[in-house]
Amino acid sequence: MSTAATTIATEPIEKGNSLWHDAWLRLQKNKLAVFGLWALIVTTLTCVTGPWLMHYGYEEQNLDLGAVRPSAAHWLGTDTLGRDLLVRLLFGGRISLAVGLAATLVALSIGVTYGAVAGFFGGKLDAVMMRAVDIMYSLPFAIFVILLMVFFGRNIVLLFVAIGAVEWLTMARIVRSQVMAIKKMEFIEAARSLGFGRRRIIFRHILPNVLGPIIVYTTLTIPGVMLLEAFLSFLGLGVQPPMSSWGVLIKDGAEKMEEFPWLLIFPGAIFSLTLFSLNFLGDGLRDALDVRSSKD
Amino acid sequence: MPSRLIASLFLSLLVAAGCARKENPPVGTATALAKKILRVGNGTEPQDIDPQTITGTPEYRLMISLYEGLVALAPDGKTLEPGVAERWEVSPDGLTYTFHLRANAKWSNGQLVTARDFVRSAQRMLTPALGADYSYMFFYVGGGEDYFHGKLKDFSETGFQAPDDRTLRLTLRQPTPFLLQAMLHHAWFPVPIDVIAKFGGLDRKGSDWTRPANFVGNGPFVLTEWRPNQVIVVKPSPTYWDRARVKLDEIQFFPVELAETEERMFRTNQLDLTYEVPLSKIPVYRREQPEVLRTDPYCGVYFYRFNVQRKPFDDVRVRRAFALAIDRESLVKNVTLAEEQPAFALVPPGVGGYQSRHHLTGDIAEAQRLLAEAGYPGGAGLPKIELLYNTLEKHRTIAEALQQMWRKNLGIDLTIYNQEWKVYLDSQKTTNFQIQRAGWIADYVDPHVFFDLWRTGGGNNNTNWGNAEFDRLLTQSLDAKTTADRYEVYQRMEKILLDELPVMPIYFYTYTRLVRPDVKNFRTTYLDNYPWKYVELAP
Amino acid sequence: MLRFITSRFLQSLLALFLVITATFFMVRFVPGGPFTAEKAVTPEILRNLEAHYGLNKPLWRQYLDYLGSLAHGDLGPSFKYPNRTVNEILSDKLPVSAELGAESLAVALVLGIGLGTLAAIRRNTWVDYLASGFGMTGISIPTFVVGPLLVLALAIHAGWFNASGWYEPADRVLPCLVLGLAYAAPISRLTRGGLLEILHQDFIRTARAKGASEFRVVTRHALRGGLLPVVSFLGPATAGILTGSFVIETIFQVPGVGREFVNSAFNRDYTLVLGTVILYAALIMALNLAVDIAQAWMNPKVRLES
Repeated sequence: MSTAATTIATEPIEKGNSLWHDAWLRLQKNKLAVFGLWALIVTTLTCVTGPWLMHYGYEEQNLDLGAVRPSAAHWLGTDTLGRDLLVRLLFGGRISLAVGLAATLVALSIGVTYGAVAGFFGGKLDAVMMRAVDIMYSLPFAIFVILLMVFFGRNIVLLFVAIGAVEWLTMARIVRSQVMAIKKMEFIEAARSLGFGRRRIIFRHILPNVLGPIIVYTTLTIPGVMLLEAFLSFLGLGVQPPMSSWGVLIKDGAEKMEEFPWLLIFPGAIFSLTLFSLNFLGDGLRDALDVRSSKD
Repeated sequence: MPSRLIASLFLSLLVAAGCARKENPPVGTATALAKKILRVGNGTEPQDIDPQTITGTPEYRLMISLYEGLVALAPDGKTLEPGVAERWEVSPDGLTYTFHLRANAKWSNGQLVTARDFVRSAQRMLTPALGADYSYMFFYVGGGEDYFHGKLKDFSETGFQAPDDRTLRLTLRQPTPFLLQAMLHHAWFPVPIDVIAKFGGLDRKGSDWTRPANFVGNGPFVLTEWRPNQVIVVKPSPTYWDRARVKLDEIQFFPVELAETEERMFRTNQLDLTYEVPLSKIPVYRREQPEVLRTDPYCGVYFYRFNVQRKPFDDVRVRRAFALAIDRESLVKNVTLAEEQPAFALVPPGVGGYQSRHHLTGDIAEAQRLLAEAGYPGGAGLPKIELLYNTLEKHRTIAEALQQMWRKNLGIDLTIYNQEWKVYLDSQKTTNFQIQRAGWIADYVDPHVFFDLWRTGGGNNNTNWGNAEFDRLLTQSLDAKTTADRYEVYQRMEKILLDELPVMPIYFYTYTRLVRPDVKNFRTTYLDNYPWKYVELAP
Repeated sequence: MLRFITSRFLQSLLALFLVITATFFMVRFVPGGPFTAEKAVTPEILRNLEAHYGLNKPLWRQYLDYLGSLAHGDLGPSFKYPNRTVNEILSDKLPVSAELGAESLAVALVLGIGLGTLAAIRRNTWVDYLASGFGMTGISIPTFVVGPLLVLALAIHAGWFNASGWYEPADRVLPCLVLGLAYAAPISRLTRGGLLEILHQDFIRTARAKGASEFRVVTRHALRGGLLPVVSFLGPATAGILTGSFVIETIFQVPGVGREFVNSAFNRDYTLVLGTVILYAALIMALNLAVDIAQAWMNPKVRLES
């Protein structure tokens, strides 16, 4: 998956020695970031292909067996209905990674654009846009989700909409504050005086300079998104059993942590590993894109 | 700047800690035991403590400490014994009940509990403007329903009569053999009419009379403290006629919503008695501390409703196939875990002495045959089937298990989906489902409850199923001369239900809770309404 | 400045009005009502209940009535808890949540900014790895896992605390710690990231070149600009933390207002939903205003535009 990395790598590289190209070279030298990238790729591939190699189904039960510890037959043990945890974890990973990627992309694209526009233009436009953000923050989320379901039925796309709808707000505020700080700097004034268009100034000159906070906040958004999915399943939106997701597995495992610790440990471990990898990669990216620090 | 910010935040932290309201903590075990304070986990925060308007189980448990009805439960938790009424007579035709109130029954403000109090309480209950959900429990008495609908203006013309202060006479509309059982329900508890009137009118819900400072009751305990979402404290009422029998010095009711939290509080000795036990902890306690785990039958049935107007469940053969193709024994043993009884009939065993004679019988082969007969051999050709349940881990797990059994035994791939509670209730009311998870806990112990449910068009039927013969028998049952005759009618009704299966019974409920060994003489009754006055604390 | 604040106040008032209006109609379109119960309520009783609360009037009329009583500061009666008003519920519970929130926020800021700063200064050393490791662990373990774990360790096994409750001063420790840690983690990550942006800018180099100590460079110059993302994050986060956390309050049995945000929606307690929303909206708007002012102060290049 690795949201940022893959898109960056495949981006048509402008004029050889561009920002992205340099960054990519620098990123490759960062061991932790490379580890993170590989870990994410391996996790994603395992979740996508793994279930085909397993001889259990994610819904296949063995009530008499119940919850058992990891063994040769069930590498990560089974849950209370006697279902193989490894298979459920892999299937759950598909959901969680997809939700994490899609909802984060929604949040990222809306939040960054919105925040950049509000911050750059300022004035009345900014006031209107930011009060709209205040309003969105304040609306009752549970009610919003139930209404979504009532009008549109149960649907995985709604899940992305519901999560994206709340997660972009803080991103917009962070980007806005950064843009407001940067737009008064000399090099932006210079770009203006050269007669560049606003769009070009925002996307070519300002945004690359606020990538740091954007990346850091994105890595913070992803776990929130994945866990929010568990709450939405509770409201009836999202994945329906017997299918599961990491968030739901962790939530269930947390309730049984004393009796069946493996039901919490394994989902928690894979979830943490993914988030650590994302953070390593994010930190690496941030460093790689930080033009100024590279001059030190 | 941050250092200053941090410093000021620290300061505010100190200030906040200093201002933290001094609240007396719950007493530790040793002290609680010595002081005879019982600490009870009580589910959710009670809506109110007006016995006429509340509806929930946590509230009911509180009411039993604060009020007393005409009749009460004996220490065995099963038989009836005198409450405010020291004795009563029933006329041979079963239509007139005469209660003789004891001379020393008093309200907590010292006034006598009179027959007129019961009449006026009934009148309040039947005042439509109060909006009491349980008003219908007073329709059994003559004129009650008419007064409620405004057809009768003068309450003195109803069957609620108080010839003198200590005699209450109820004249019924038709024989109601379970009337005394129904009187254990909180809706029948008397309320202090004069006090309520003082705090804003009899037909006003939620006036200030239920605040600790204003509260007046006639039960073994009185309300002394109510901290919302924290604790409700009750202490023995000095004016209670049976004060000598009240052994506890205090009960603290804790509204602990989360079963996991409650179980942890039990382990840190913050609770003596829990409201429930988390599913995954039941086997652990059974294995390691069986002495604190209590599992008792509970008067309710867990079932799935079919919508008999939606395909494929308009065909009784499909309903029967579904009902036969699940392994109830395996479900209760491996999934629900609390020693529930698998249900092959609709009335829990032994309700009011009733034992179902007819049962759901047949094996998986028959289920497959029925499905094929209905035109869906091996599940082929079935429309998309979805099963609705409300969001709760237990319901989800049961649905997941049954989903697999149907798939394995009948070759049916159905979808299960959950809805949030009120959306789910809305779907239930509008029968917007194909199969729906449901359950029913009786309001009083009598098999009638479990048949009244399935009346054609009844508010709780929600299956679109109806049967004229069934309805006729339901009315007829109340006119039966003896209990045995009445139960014979119920057997016939249960046969109809099992033939037509608008619902498929799954299991009969049990009640599971943790009870510290120091708690003596506590029982979980069929409705979990054991009187607190018998409970003792002793090492 | 005064003009800016006045203008923002008026804008926020308008926004608040829109929030109230939207919420008022949203809750009414959700299936199920405050009196929907498992056991069927007879139509007469339902009608009477609705009449009692004025729910039988046309929706626009109810809306105007609500705005009318709101103008007098009356948030109406609660549907779920008939003997309490929304004003009473909020004023009972908000202080509890605010106390829990303030204490947690202190934990979160001290730990988060402290560790984030350390990580940025000692970048790519073991200090950084340790501090960043804490931050990453914190964001990948949800509170509904940390809470029960700490209770098991410190309350049940060590026996130092009660498992839950909000009765003695010691009962504050565990919930504050769990909630504080949950916010410390993202704050430490944002601080580190923000500082790294700043530490290489020219004015920091200048300060260093002038011989200022590293401590002085960080506290006097770098944090001011480096905390911009943290401050942006803190606006909504503080509103969230002060109005309580559903998970923490449920796990620890804290009688705060956080649970009401979720439960009132589930109970279809229309007035209580509106009450909590108004409370939260007012806080969000006030805090975002404070954030904007703080950011203008932190970065003199940002002008407050009214």
